[in-house]
Amino acid sequence: MSHQPSAITHVAGRALPLRGDDMDTDRIMPARFLVSISFEGLERHLFEDDRNADPGHPFNDARYGGASVLVVNANFGCGSSREHAPQGLVRAGFRAVIGESFSEIFQGNAVMLGMPCFATDRRSVERIQELIEQQPHTMVTADIATGAVAAGPLALTATLPRAIRDSFLSGQWNPTSTLLDRFEEVRAVAARLPYIRGF
Amino acid sequence: MSDTLFHRVWNAHAVRTLASGQTQLFVGLHLVHEVTTPQAFDMMRQHGWRVAFPERTFATVDHIVPTLSQRRPFLDVVAEEMSVALERNCREAGIRLWTPDSDEQGIVHVIGPELGLTQPGMTIACGDSHTSTHGALGAIAFGIGTSQVRDVLASQCLALDPLKVRRIEVNGRLSRGVYAKDVILTIIRRLGVHGGVGYAYEYGGTTVDAMTIDQRMTICNMSIEGGARVGYVNPDETTFAYVRGRRYAPDGDAFVRAARWWKSMASDADARYDDRVAFDASSMEPTVTWGINPGQSVAVSEPIDAEPDDEALAFMGFRPGARVRGTRIDVAFIGSCTNGRLSDLEAAAEVVRGHHVAPHVKALVVPGSRGVSRAAEARGLHEIFVDAGFEWRGAGCSMCLGMNPDKLEGRQVSASSSNRNFKGRQGSPTGRTLLMSPAMVAAAAIAGEVVDVREMLDPVPA
Repeated sequence: MSHQPSAITHVAGRALPLRGDDMDTDRIMPARFLVSISFEGLERHLFEDDRNADPGHPFNDARYGGASVLVVNANFGCGSSREHAPQGLVRAGFRAVIGESFSEIFQGNAVMLGMPCFATDRRSVERIQELIEQQPHTMVTADIATGAVAAGPLALTATLPRAIRDSFLSGQWNPTSTLLDRFEEVRAVAARLPYIRGF
Repeated sequence: MSDTLFHRVWNAHAVRTLASGQTQLFVGLHLVHEVTTPQAFDMMRQHGWRVAFPERTFATVDHIVPTLSQRRPFLDVVAEEMSVALERNCREAGIRLWTPDSDEQGIVHVIGPELGLTQPGMTIACGDSHTSTHGALGAIAFGIGTSQVRDVLASQCLALDPLKVRRIEVNGRLSRGVYAKDVILTIIRRLGVHGGVGYAYEYGGTTVDAMTIDQRMTICNMSIEGGARVGYVNPDETTFAYVRGRRYAPDGDAFVRAARWWKSMASDADARYDDRVAFDASSMEPTVTWGINPGQSVAVSEPIDAEPDDEALAFMGFRPGARVRGTRIDVAFIGSCTNGRLSDLEAAAEVVRGHHVAPHVKALVVPGSRGVSRAAEARGLHEIFVDAGFEWRGAGCSMCLGMNPDKLEGRQVSASSSNRNFKGRQGSPTGRTLLMSPAMVAAAAIAGEVVDVREMLDPVPA
């Protein structure tokens, strides 16, 4: 992953509809694939147990091959903080997720990898999912600044939290360098804290 | 001016406002384990960054350690490789590490408080969603991902948006056989697994005030299962008594000054909250999950209240309107960062004493740390468990998460004191998890099926 991130203003590509609320990160990336010292190859294990249990799982469906936008329902990415889940998605070529809502930790991890999570209402999500299921080649575009999402004939509005939106637009979505910028201020805060300074 | 502990701690640790509008927040304590950090250390090396505050960073090995034999090298070569990587990373950076052959090793969320590293008024981060546990001592503790671990290693800071604060008031006396686990399962059932997104949960009320730190940890631990990244309890005399005398705690006059500061960080009685909810503890019952997320639970006396076509019912093999009570179990697991502390083992032992595990049940007790093991053994608890047919294991995350040899097989049903009943969570893609309190797990192990622990307890504590 790049550490000199550049601004991300929009995402465009074909989409993959994944239905279901409360899709936890154990399902996205089962724990056994975390027994490794690297993130390499994680894209092969996305939803592995769900895919094995259901041959018709959308991640098994060749019609969605090459999709770069994932369309999900409510509370996507809940549970474990494992970055391995969004790492797998990014390594599989996903550049954005559109859904009804996201877990906070998942959303934060996705931001660090340059993958915005757009939130919109339940009905809008379902309309996109229905459309993609019927016409998998539909192009989906999402604009970071305005939240405008277009999928074929559908046009709707989604949102990103303001700070996340601004960090994509300003190219500061991967903030390590920014956090190191004025390190003397970090040291000053530490020196003021009684449990660091000494009670 | 009146305020909440969340805002006071936030403000004390805020470095500056970033261009994005987020806060650069100083992290007072960074806890590290083997699973979510090797890639972070690699990224540090690629960029030539050094660990900024190694003396504020502490590490342990917990997720991947086998609990049957912890001799090195581990039989799983990748687990061994991960341990070696953490050892090397900590050595190079000058970070204190407790390995499986040290006397203090254990689950990161058990040893932090146990060693006195976790203190009121701190900000804490760890690459693990159950970091919320540390809020039981009045800290603000965030679960983070690996790229954020890298940020904390490099800068001791996170870029975050402040959270709203929801006051969760629990009042009244818990009935015998009803535990902290039942309280948090009841809270999540009502507020939902998504209800806490965007919030820190502040737990209070007479029930929480009367709880020990272990019990408060069980509650704060599962905040994330309700969607809240942060959960906490205001520090009080119970907190101070818990912290006093621990290895990394201040002592003597410094402790007195520390307690004064800790007290000053607590929420004021007239603090304003973004939301408030109240629960009546006296009406709570032993609670069990029936589904595939921690919000899908019922009181053990109740039938399941789900839609007939629910994916969860199909996976778990329950019919709508069925009862969890009477469900035959294959495995009983007592342990985890939720319920692997001494008082959890004591509550389970009280049920187990004089009984035997049902012949078809594999039953495990996995202490949360070496320290918990030692304390339990000093009280003879291990003998109660072993005599009853439980396996007494070494410390680690064990069967909570299927990242080590302790796993369910096939469609086994597990009565578990852990925190997640997600599909596949306990290591078998088709394995089924019923979450409950340690005492309820002990009762199920003995009966061979889910029962109401209240029927196995004497009316008054022995």
